[in-house]
Amino acid sequence: MSQSFEEISAQLKKRHRRSARMKWMTMGALILSAAFLVVFISDMVVRGWPAFQQAQLQVEVSYDEQSQKLPLAAVDEDVRPLISRGFFRSLPREMENNPELMGTTQTRWVIADSRVDQFLKGNEDRLRPADKETLQALVEDGRAALKFNTTFFTTGDSKMPELAGIASAAIGTVMTMLVTMAVCFPIGVMTAVYLEEFAPDNRLTQLIEININNLAAVPSILFGLLGLAIYISFFGVPRSSPLVGGLTLALMTLPVIIISTRAALRSVPDSIRHAAFGVGCSRWQVVRDHVLPVSLPGILTGSIIGLAQAMGETAPLIIVGMVAFIPDASISITDASTVMPAQIFTWASEPNSAFAEKTAGGILVLLAVLIFLNALAVWLRNKFERRW
Amino acid sequence: MNDTTLQNFQTQQDPPTASKDAARDPYTQAPTPDKGQPVTRNENVEENLSVRVRDLNLWYGDHQALKDISIDIFANTVTALIGPSGCGKSTFLRCLNRMNDLINSVSIKGLVEMDGHDVNARGMDEVALRRRVGMVFQKPNPFPKSIYENVAYAPRMHDMVSRKADQDELVERALRDAGLWNEVKDKLHEPGTSLSGGQQQRLCIARAIAVRPDVILMDEPTSALDPISTATIEDLMDKLKKDFTIVTVTHNMQQAARVADYTAFFHLGEMIEYNATKQMFSNPHTKKAEDYITGRYG
Repeated sequence: MSQSFEEISAQLKKRHRRSARMKWMTMGALILSAAFLVVFISDMVVRGWPAFQQAQLQVEVSYDEQSQKLPLAAVDEDVRPLISRGFFRSLPREMENNPELMGTTQTRWVIADSRVDQFLKGNEDRLRPADKETLQALVEDGRAALKFNTTFFTTGDSKMPELAGIASAAIGTVMTMLVTMAVCFPIGVMTAVYLEEFAPDNRLTQLIEININNLAAVPSILFGLLGLAIYISFFGVPRSSPLVGGLTLALMTLPVIIISTRAALRSVPDSIRHAAFGVGCSRWQVVRDHVLPVSLPGILTGSIIGLAQAMGETAPLIIVGMVAFIPDASISITDASTVMPAQIFTWASEPNSAFAEKTAGGILVLLAVLIFLNALAVWLRNKFERRW
Repeated sequence: MNDTTLQNFQTQQDPPTASKDAARDPYTQAPTPDKGQPVTRNENVEENLSVRVRDLNLWYGDHQALKDISIDIFANTVTALIGPSGCGKSTFLRCLNRMNDLINSVSIKGLVEMDGHDVNARGMDEVALRRRVGMVFQKPNPFPKSIYENVAYAPRMHDMVSRKADQDELVERALRDAGLWNEVKDKLHEPGTSLSGGQQQRLCIARAIAVRPDVILMDEPTSALDPISTATIEDLMDKLKKDFTIVTVTHNMQQAARVADYTAFFHLGEMIEYNATKQMFSNPHTKKAEDYITGRYG
C-alpha cells in the first residue's frame, strides 16, 4: 500500500530541517568572509586616507641672492623648522628656472615638515614647544592646512616622509608587468593551443599537463631563486631591473595562463570545430577563426587574473633585488627599479608613523589598481561573450 | 538494438528455411553480383558514378565498426543510409569526407574513390576533399557569427570570391538555394544562432552549398527538428539533388522512402542490402532488411 501524504510529510520534516540548516551554514560562511573583507578594507581606508592629505603652510618666500646661496634664509626664522627640507633643496633650482622671481617676495603654500603633518593629523607630537606655538598661530590665521597630497602620486621614495611617493614604484610595476605580459601571454596561449588543439593525447602530453599543473602550485619564492640563478647569474640580466623582475614573474604566471587558456579552449563545443572542419578549414584556421574568438573572453579573464596575481607578488622580486630605494623613476627596463608591493614592504619596515600611513596609502593604490584590472577582466568577458 | 532482439534475429537466421525463394535468401550469398552496385537500378535514368567504395573496413581501436563495405553512390541522387543505432551508418558517412581523421584511435582499410582518386591516399589533402564533400550535422551548428558570415566564411577562405559584390551575390544564391533567403534577407547581420532550429539547419545547408561541393553528407539532418521543418528540409534535399549528390543518414524510414533514390541498409557494421528505394521498401531482397523495414526490430 502506498503512503499517505501525512506519513510522507512526517518523514520529510527532518530532511527539510537539514536543508534549512545547510542553507544557514552556507550563508553564514558567506557573511563571515564578507565581514573579513569589509573590516580589512575599511581598516586600510581609515589608515591610508591620511596619506592622501598633506600639511602645507602659507609663508612669505623672498627670492633674492642670499636665498639662492643659503635657501634657509628665504623664509622667516621662526617658521623655518616647520617647513620641509625638501622645499629648501628645491629652491635654488626653482630660481634658476624662473629668473623673473629674482628680487620678489611671494606668499605661497609650501610643504610642511612631516612632524607638522603628523601633529596636524593628531598622530604624534614631536614638535618643540616654541615651534608648536608658531604653528598654532599659523593654524588660527588659516595659513596651515591639510591639502590633497599630490606629492604622493608624483614622486618616488624618499627618506623624508613628506616627500615620499608611490610614482616610481608604480612606473616600475607598469614596466615589470609589460615585460611579464609580453613574455607570458603569447607563450602561454600558444602552449595551450598546441596542447589542446594540435598535440596527440599520449603519455608525453599527459606528463607535460601534470607538470604544468604542479608548476602553478610551486611557491613563488622558488621562481625568484630560479630567476636569480638563470637570468642574473647565467644570462647576466641587470639585477633589480624590470626586465629581470618581469621575466621572473612570467615564469610564475605562465602555468596560470596555460591552465586558464586550456580551460577556455576546452569549453568551446566540439560542434563548432566539426562545422569548421566540415567546410574545409585547416587545423589552424579552425583555431584562429572559430575556436579562439569564442574562447577569447575566457583567455583574457584568466590572463588578467594571472597578471593581477603577479602584480601583487613580492617574494620573488625580493630575491632578484627589486626591493630597492628608488627616488627617481626611470623608464628603461634595464635600470634599477622597484614595484608597488616592494615599496609597501620597504615603507612597512620604517618605524616612523609618517611612513606607516604611506604603507596603508600604498596598499590602497595597489588595491585600486587590482580592482580596476579585475573589473577590466569582467568587462572584457561581457563584451566578447557570445552565445552559440 | 538490445540483446533479446539480437537473439530473435539469430534464431530466425538459423536454420534457413529451404522453401524460400533463392533470390530472397539473404544469408547464403551476397545480394548483388558486383558488390558495390545496388541490387536494382532505377529505370530509364542515366546516372553517373560519384563515389565508389570497395571493401571498406574501419576499426575504433580493436572494435571493427565497418566490415567490407562496397557501394556505388551515383551523382545527382539522394542516397539514404538506414539501420539500427550503432550499425555504422554515421561512421561510414564520415569516411566519405575523412571526418574520422579527427578521432585518434581510428584505422581504415579499403578504397573510397572519388573522381578517380583514393581519398585515403597519402597524397590526398583532407582539406581539398572537404572542399568537394560538404557536411551537414545532426544538430544545427552554425558558427557563432552573423548569418552572412556563416555563409561567406568558407568561400572566402577557399579564395572563391575576391570582390565584396561577388561575395554578396554568392551569399544570396546559397541562401536562396537553401530556401532561407526570404526569411533572413532583412537580418543578414544578426547572429546565426538567433534563428529557429529548422532555419539554423537550412543555414548550415547554405553554408555547405556555398562552396559548390560535389557531394553533401547529411548526418540525420532532421532528427533535432519539428515535423514542419523536417518537411522543408526534405523538399530542399529533393531540389538540391539537381546540383549535388546527397548522402543522408536517417533513423526515419518514411523519410528515406520519401526522399531517397537509393537506400542502403546497414546492420552491425555490414551493409546488408543496397537497392533502389522503391524496390527496397516494396520488395527487399534480404530478410534482415525486410524485418527492419517492417518494424520487426530496430
